[in-house]
Amino acid sequence: MVCDVCKEADAVIQLTEVEGTGVRQLHLCERCAAERGVETAAPSPKPQIADFLQSVHQQMQATQGDAARCAFCSSTFRDFRSTGRLGCAHCYDAFEKSMGDLLRRIHGNARHIGRRYEPPASGALPDGGTANELRDRLRRAIDSEQFELAANIRDRLRSLD
Amino acid sequence: MLDLSMLPDGGVGWLDASGESADIVISTRVRLARNIEGYAFAGRARDGERLRVLSQVQQAIDGIRQLKHGVLLRVDELPPADRLLLHERHLVSRELAGLDPQRPVRSGAAVHLTRGTSIMVNEEDHLRLQSLQSGLHIASAFAAIETLDTELGEKVPYAFHNEFGFLTACPTNVGTGLRASVLIHLPGLVLTKEIGKVLAGLQQVGLTYRGLYGEGSEVVGNFFQISNQTTLGRREGELLDYLTRVVSHVIEREEEARKVLLRDAGYIIEDKLWRAYGTLRYARSLTFDEVMSYLSSVRLAVGLKLISDLSVYTLNKLLIFSQPAHLAYAEGRELTASEANLARARYVRAILASDTGSTR
Repeated sequence: MVCDVCKEADAVIQLTEVEGTGVRQLHLCERCAAERGVETAAPSPKPQIADFLQSVHQQMQATQGDAARCAFCSSTFRDFRSTGRLGCAHCYDAFEKSMGDLLRRIHGNARHIGRRYEPPASGALPDGGTANELRDRLRRAIDSEQFELAANIRDRLRSLD
Repeated sequence: MLDLSMLPDGGVGWLDASGESADIVISTRVRLARNIEGYAFAGRARDGERLRVLSQVQQAIDGIRQLKHGVLLRVDELPPADRLLLHERHLVSRELAGLDPQRPVRSGAAVHLTRGTSIMVNEEDHLRLQSLQSGLHIASAFAAIETLDTELGEKVPYAFHNEFGFLTACPTNVGTGLRASVLIHLPGLVLTKEIGKVLAGLQQVGLTYRGLYGEGSEVVGNFFQISNQTTLGRREGELLDYLTRVVSHVIEREEEARKVLLRDAGYIIEDKLWRAYGTLRYARSLTFDEVMSYLSSVRLAVGLKLISDLSVYTLNKLLIFSQPAHLAYAEGRELTASEANLARARYVRAILASDTGSTR
C-alpha cells in the first residue's frame, strides 16, 4: 500500500485522526508520518552496532590495525568491522585494545558484574572429533598459547593413532 | 510436513492469555546467549564444528531432567515451509530458520523445545536459551532458564571472560548475554499520539523497541517488543527489575490513554472498533496486515470491555494462526496469496463465530 500523502513510498503507519465528529484513516510512509509528528509506529530502529562501528572506525584504526588477526579462528579486525560479529571467543583478547572502548560505548560500561562462571573441569576439551579436526584444533591451541588444551588434544590424537 | 502436535503444548502455551495484564502484554520472553569454548562462533565455524557443537549439546541435554520430555528438531533438515511455520509460532528466530535468501539455514541448526523453554543451537551464538510465557512474567521467565543455564554450563564449557563476562558473537550481547523482552499492545498511546514520546523515552533509559518478530521487523498492529538494550555492566536482576518497572509504567500510560480516548472521542472510537470487528466477522478475503490492524482494534475493544463475548486467548490465537505458513499447514497444501486471503477470512470467521456462539 502506498502513502496517502506523497503517493510514492510504502505506507508503514496507519494513523487514525479524530477530528470533531469524524474519524479519518491515513496510511503514511515513515517520512510523511514524521512530518506529522508521528515517528511512532515507524519500522524498528536498526541495530545500533553498524552505525556505531562506523563512527568509531577511525579511532579504532589508530589503536587496532585492520589486519590484526585472531590466532584461533583467523578472523581479522576488518572482518569484524564489516560484519559486526566476532569469529570466536578468542577474538575478544585478540582485539582487546579496541574491545574495552567499543563495549563502553555500546553498554556504557566494559566490566561484567553479573553472574560468574567456572567451566567444568572435564570440559577443557570438546568431545570427539576426527584426527583432522583435532590437528586443526591443536594448531589453534598452540597459536593461541593455550598449552594445557594443546597437551590434552595431543594426548587425544595419540590415542586415535 | 512437520507434526506440530508432537511439540510440548503445541508450542503455543505462551498464547493462553493467563498472565498478568494479558490484554495489554501478550507475552514475555527472556533469553541467554551462550557459546561453547573451543569452537569458532556459529557464523564462523565450519560445518563439522557446528555438528560437533550440536552433538555435544544433545549429549548434555540428555542428562538434564528438566529437558527430559522435550523434542529436538533439526532445523537444517526441515523444508522451508516448516521452518517458516516454527518462526511464525515464535519458536525459532529468523536467523536460525534461515529465512533470508542471503543467509540460508546453517548446518547443525537445531532447536530443543520443552514446555515454555527452548534452546536454539547454532544460531548467531552456539546456544540461545529462551523462556516464553504468556502475559507479563519477567521474573518467572528468567527463573525458568536460570537453572537450565546452570545445569547446562556444568556439562558444556561456556566461553567466559573475567572482564567481559559471557562472550557472544555480537558485542551488543556480551556480559550477561541476557535479553528480556515484552510483547505489548499499545493502541491507546498510538491513537492519542503519545507513543512517540514513550518510545523516545525508552531509548533514553537504555531500553529499545522492535516489531512483532524481533530485530529488524516492522511494527504492525500496534504491537511493540520492549527490551533491554545493554547487557554488560549490570547484574541480571537489575536488568530485569528495571525492565519490569519501565513496562509497568508504559502499561499505566496506555491505560490512561484509553481512558482519554473514551472520554474525548467515545462514540467515534467505539464505532471504529465495532467496524473492525464487523469486518473480521464477515469479510470474505483478508490480508495478514488487515487482520493485524483489525485485531488490534478488536483487542482494544475487549480491553475497554466494549466487546465482552470474546476471550483474549482467541485474539492471541488469531494473531498466530492467520499467518501464511499456518494457513498452508491447516489447509494441508501451499496457497497462493489470494487463496491465503480467502482461507484467512474463512478461518477468522469460523473462530470468531465459535467463540461467540453465533452463526457465520
